[in-house]
Amino acid sequence: MTGIFRRPVLLIGLVVTLALVGVALLSLVWTPSLPSKMNIVQRLKPPLGPGALLGTDQFGRDVASMLMVGAWNSLSTSFLAVAIGATVGSAVGVIVAMRRGWLELIVMRGCDIIFAVPPILSAMMLGAFLGSGRFTAIIAIAVFMVPVFARLTLAGAKQIWARDYVTAAVGIGRSKATITLVHILPNISNQIIVQVTIQLGLAILTEAGLSFLGLGMPPPAPTWGRMLADSQTFFGQAPWLAILPGMAIALAVLGLNMLGDGLRDMLDPKTKAA
Amino acid sequence: MISILIRRLVSLIVTLIVVSLLIFTVMNLLPGDPAAIMLGTSATPETLAALRTQMGLDEPLIVRYLAWLSGVLQGDLGQSYTYGVPVAGLIVERLAVTLPLALMAVVMSVAIAVPLGVAAARRHNGLFDYIAGAFSYVSIAVPAFWVGLLLIIAFSTKLGWMPAGGFPGWNAGFWAGLAALFMPAIALALPQAGVLTRVARSAVLDVMGEEFVRTARAKGLSDKAAVWRHALPNALIPVVTMIGLQFTFLIAGAVLVENVFNLPGLGRLALQALSQRDIIVMQDVVLFFSALVIVMNFLVDLAYLVIDPRLRVAT
Repeated sequence: MTGIFRRPVLLIGLVVTLALVGVALLSLVWTPSLPSKMNIVQRLKPPLGPGALLGTDQFGRDVASMLMVGAWNSLSTSFLAVAIGATVGSAVGVIVAMRRGWLELIVMRGCDIIFAVPPILSAMMLGAFLGSGRFTAIIAIAVFMVPVFARLTLAGAKQIWARDYVTAAVGIGRSKATITLVHILPNISNQIIVQVTIQLGLAILTEAGLSFLGLGMPPPAPTWGRMLADSQTFFGQAPWLAILPGMAIALAVLGLNMLGDGLRDMLDPKTKAA
Repeated sequence: MISILIRRLVSLIVTLIVVSLLIFTVMNLLPGDPAAIMLGTSATPETLAALRTQMGLDEPLIVRYLAWLSGVLQGDLGQSYTYGVPVAGLIVERLAVTLPLALMAVVMSVAIAVPLGVAAARRHNGLFDYIAGAFSYVSIAVPAFWVGLLLIIAFSTKLGWMPAGGFPGWNAGFWAGLAALFMPAIALALPQAGVLTRVARSAVLDVMGEEFVRTARAKGLSDKAAVWRHALPNALIPVVTMIGLQFTFLIAGAVLVENVFNLPGLGRLALQALSQRDIIVMQDVVLFFSALVIVMNFLVDLAYLVIDPRLRVAT
């Protein structure tokens, strides 16, 4: 960890991400005021005014508090989606690497197919039946993440399977499942961790998009995406309502992407960033 | 070459069929009766039964799938429940907005990314390289639809230079149509440009170490000419690949940006179909988008074969 100050990308990414997680966690116990508390007299107050650091929205709700709770909603949704996608995808990847053959062919084609349906569209399809909401958003994002992790772990695991020590392990009679647990997974875990970080950024972007379209968490739960959607009526009077939530999204994604790149450089120096 | 082409084509067709099956299954196997969903809670049992018959919901699933598929193959995508017109016509009409929008965004993103990436590679680890790096970090992180909102605030609400949204239709004139798509295309292009800048930069860096670039310099070409004439054409393969890979995200971005700018494109059609529970339209639009992504990837594969003759023998 001593080298972290010589890695500016990693450092900035780590600081921004930790700050974001801190704000999200803080919102569970404290916000400047109740994010759902309306106060029509104080409506559309610009930022830096008394009592509302980041201004108020069309109902007089405190924007700073809404952004804080929005951070929790956005992060928790994205994290659950990526956790599901990474677990399922990585499991598929290592199992396929173990079996290979026609299974590999089918799974890879399957990945192409899932990848062809953007999460926004699958959220719409699912939303028509399951209703829009957090559950639908999580499933739609998670499904899209599965092929990402399946491809990554399959490629990584195939390389490890070709190593001499794995051949030796096969030679002494270790089962494929044991080898996967003992040799394959620990050796590709760094790649998975890096990818989780980067996909979290993508998940936050997608969640924001879904909320923007009204396919995310239902009101009154504040989400960054819906704050942006609601801001559209007040461009002239209250541009900060459109600027601040977008900055929050961009900052969160930027932090996670930089953290991911920094981690990759540190943990996995052989592969370069695209 | 021909055998590779045939194999890819077969794989394309199989993929398309499986995608259609998948979409059909999701739309028809999920809990909930499509007819009941479309009619809402106030429907009488008689209207429900009539719609079920009209939609063919009494038939077995496989019969319905085959009927849908054979219709799709003949260009008959079914009838929209809310608009009362053939879905194929709706899609073609909306495509006249979405397709130019996506194309403009791709052209813009390449026009931004390639010069930026090349310049960054030529000044490797210099100040400009860092600026380009910062640009790609930031532009990848900003949501396209937020860029759209900011553009509207700046150029429509404050300055009043551009229309805040809407589409006059191509009948209003080519330039009027293009003007309406200009800001949406920038919003859509910016995140793409960030990704492409990175790819272009690292591709040019890779190629610049190659011997043919050194040869070009040795024979007296200027640094600039060596990069633009010899390094860049070879660095374009990863850029083209990335454009293909990013196509899914371009479409997802288009759905959002169309909603920001009130453009009557395919993305808005899908969202309207969702809010009106027009299942058939949704099913067709999702199939169309997915097919677009798959065909796009297929074309990128073909583009490789054209760009790089070495690939024509492999696999």
